[in-house]
Amino acid sequence: MEKIDVVIVGGGLSGLTCAYKLADKGLQVIVLERGDFPGSKNVTGGRLYLEPIKPLIGDMFSDAPFERKIVRERWSLFGEENSLNIDFTGEKFRKTGHSYSVLRSTFDRWLSEKLIEKGVFVIPKYRVDDLLWEENRVCGIKSGEEEIPASVVVAADGVLSFIGERAGLKPKMKPKNYAVGIKEVIELTEEKINDRFNVEKGEGCAHLFIGDVTKGMFGGGFLYTNKETISLGVVIGIKAIMERAATVEAHSLIDAFKERYEIKRLLEEGSIVEYSAHVIPEGGYNNISRLYADGILVTGDAAGFALNMGVTVRGMEFAIASGIFAAETILHAFEKGDFSAKTLCLYEERLRNSFVLKDMYNCKDMPEFLDNDAFFNFYPKYFPLFVEKVMWFGEGPKEKIGSTLWKELKSSGMLSFKRLKELYSIKNI
Amino acid sequence: MKIEEKLAIDAFKTDKESHIKIYHEICRTRCKIKYCLFVCPGHLYSYNEQNDEITVEYAGCLECGTCRIACIEGAIDWIYPKGEFGIQYRYG
Repeated sequence: MEKIDVVIVGGGLSGLTCAYKLADKGLQVIVLERGDFPGSKNVTGGRLYLEPIKPLIGDMFSDAPFERKIVRERWSLFGEENSLNIDFTGEKFRKTGHSYSVLRSTFDRWLSEKLIEKGVFVIPKYRVDDLLWEENRVCGIKSGEEEIPASVVVAADGVLSFIGERAGLKPKMKPKNYAVGIKEVIELTEEKINDRFNVEKGEGCAHLFIGDVTKGMFGGGFLYTNKETISLGVVIGIKAIMERAATVEAHSLIDAFKERYEIKRLLEEGSIVEYSAHVIPEGGYNNISRLYADGILVTGDAAGFALNMGVTVRGMEFAIASGIFAAETILHAFEKGDFSAKTLCLYEERLRNSFVLKDMYNCKDMPEFLDNDAFFNFYPKYFPLFVEKVMWFGEGPKEKIGSTLWKELKSSGMLSFKRLKELYSIKNI
Repeated sequence: MKIEEKLAIDAFKTDKESHIKIYHEICRTRCKIKYCLFVCPGHLYSYNEQNDEITVEYAGCLECGTCRIACIEGAIDWIYPKGEFGIQYRYG
């Protein structure tokens, strides 16, 4: 086969946005996707934050199939039989398209169709098995017996990145650095979703849950409203569930979650239309792969660009930004006519000067901070319990509210040195 | 809803050949806990007492890769199904 300018392995957000930018400049680009179409192997929770990537994407997403504009943010602490919520909404969120829920099968497919219009070859049902090497430089890919030589290969092949592994760029996958997300897509009418989540047409809600939803394991629950579906799921740290040694089965957590009083009514009359699972990078900055080598760049989840910030989780905007920076780097390499690491290192520089590696760096201590049983067991148990004690009016006179609270705070250990030290340590994250 | 019923809702294209290989000797000699039996979101792994073997219903694989990460003994040789096979998400 004749040498191609750029081969992109994987039709996810980073691969597709990379191809989009390259096609604009007239390079010959092939996107290889192992599924029936780009998006068919991809899963998100999830929502996409648009503001960070606005300066990068131009009008790329002007007609994008977003599901709902997120205007309502909710968090819940789930005790075994009670829960406590925070429910935020604000005009600022309503006026600006700040973040949107998406479904990847729809979204990625839409983007790939735009690419095809631009003349990019998007080849589905094509699994890449290996890299082609010329001495120590990557110079293309292999699929079965077929070889495609290329000036640059982009490993945009997702969290498991076999290509990053083949290139020797990816760290060994350890259970502590990954979580698994298990999700159901539940169909409901648009009006029911508007009513049940108290939002206007086109608006939606993002809701994270912590505590009993994972039986106290690292992770949590999530709920995102789409146009006519709800994405509901559970994320569990792989190391965390391994440590439970068969006392919890991953697949059963979501059933218990759906049976909760807080959730059950929200889903009434809904029918499940898809069941999915996907691994999520949780290692943060310290588990990012090497980002480039001679003839190859690594983008998106493949590079480990995902961030659990405690209050929210992010990944897709990192993938998009990394795809665009990869494209800019490749364009620069073509100008110079040099595809070695010496030129491709510009990719890392771009990332370092952007929100991608800045946010990831700023949150580098987050995985260690969150690896604390208290967030999944202690706080979700006691905060709802305090409210329960304060709000319960039993027989006889009610004990003074302040002293009830004080007693509970003390006996629970909330005022212990350990907890106060934890509180103090939030200044670092 | 049972896990088998949930998987039945999904769209799969099944290859004749499994994309998951299990090295039974490693399971027998090195693996005590058998993480694969409870970490898989599809609950696809099971233990057959008669021949002391782990089996996997590869046709229902959601391609998440959790087993590959959790099998720290390296008994699971897991690759993506060939192009055009496996799960085809319609929502994602």
